[in-house]
Amino acid sequence: MHLPAIIPWGAPEGFGKQMLLILLSVLLISWFFVAAARRGQMVPGKLQFLGEMSYNFVRNSVGKDIIGERDFRPYVPLLFALFFFILVNNFYGSIPLIQLPTTSHVGTAYALAGIVYVTWIVLGLKKHGIGYFKLAVVPSGVPKAILPLVVVIEIISTFLVRPVTHSLRLFATMLAGHLIIMLAAAGSEFLLTQDQWLLKPLGLLTLAGGVGMYLFEVLIQVLQAYVFTLLTAIYIQGSLAEEH
Amino acid sequence: MEGNINLVGYGLSAIGGAIGVGLVFAAYINGVARQPEAQRVLQPIAFLGLALTEALAILGLVFAFVL
Repeated sequence: MHLPAIIPWGAPEGFGKQMLLILLSVLLISWFFVAAARRGQMVPGKLQFLGEMSYNFVRNSVGKDIIGERDFRPYVPLLFALFFFILVNNFYGSIPLIQLPTTSHVGTAYALAGIVYVTWIVLGLKKHGIGYFKLAVVPSGVPKAILPLVVVIEIISTFLVRPVTHSLRLFATMLAGHLIIMLAAAGSEFLLTQDQWLLKPLGLLTLAGGVGMYLFEVLIQVLQAYVFTLLTAIYIQGSLAEEH
Repeated sequence: MEGNINLVGYGLSAIGGAIGVGLVFAAYINGVARQPEAQRVLQPIAFLGLALTEALAILGLVFAFVL
């Protein structure tokens, strides 16, 4: 997809609105958590409480519950960074005047899912050696006769389809939300500017529906960030587990 | 009218994914209603089920654009 340039002069090729928003999101997230963690007090203030609550959410309900009490600690930073990076980049879709979720560009989603893909394969290889591939594609307790079929399906679903769906899930939902809001707005404009008076109430209806979708999008944005992080935790857990 | 019949096909195939997601969450809600303390255990399973079911709809979207 072509990225429209926002800085007309001196900008490197392909530096568009999305790139600027990603840089802004990194700044925003680091600013927020540095400010929240700077003056740690026994009785937390509002900012500190918000920071601790969001950290605890990722640490406990994603990291600890999925990967397990024993070895979830090294992966908390990855999960935490992923969750908030995606969350802020999704929220851009619902902030007036910005209204462009960075993750609705497929490159962002590919990059994120690529990092996760490399991570869980490397973790599995580290933990089990080269036998990890056998562990990952040969399920236990399957009769020998249908094993060739199952192994082929497992190879496709684990190593080929998994990263694709992981990235496209995020990208497709964000793009769809973006398109729906745009469609509702364009439809309302078209209907409201028609000469026929019968069409004007319909324009108001689409406008109301568009606002409803706009609010519904916020829910989807949080949910997609959660699902992406949860799947990351599940994949990591799967490559650390002893048995398939 | 102009357009691509692929998208109609994708709309039809998305019905399957939609029913699947509905079934997953129906089971999850049933489970939590019967045993509220099991929510922490069931939630990741429900979202894993959501992800696996939704993968089909996503593949459908990809094929709708690619083919």
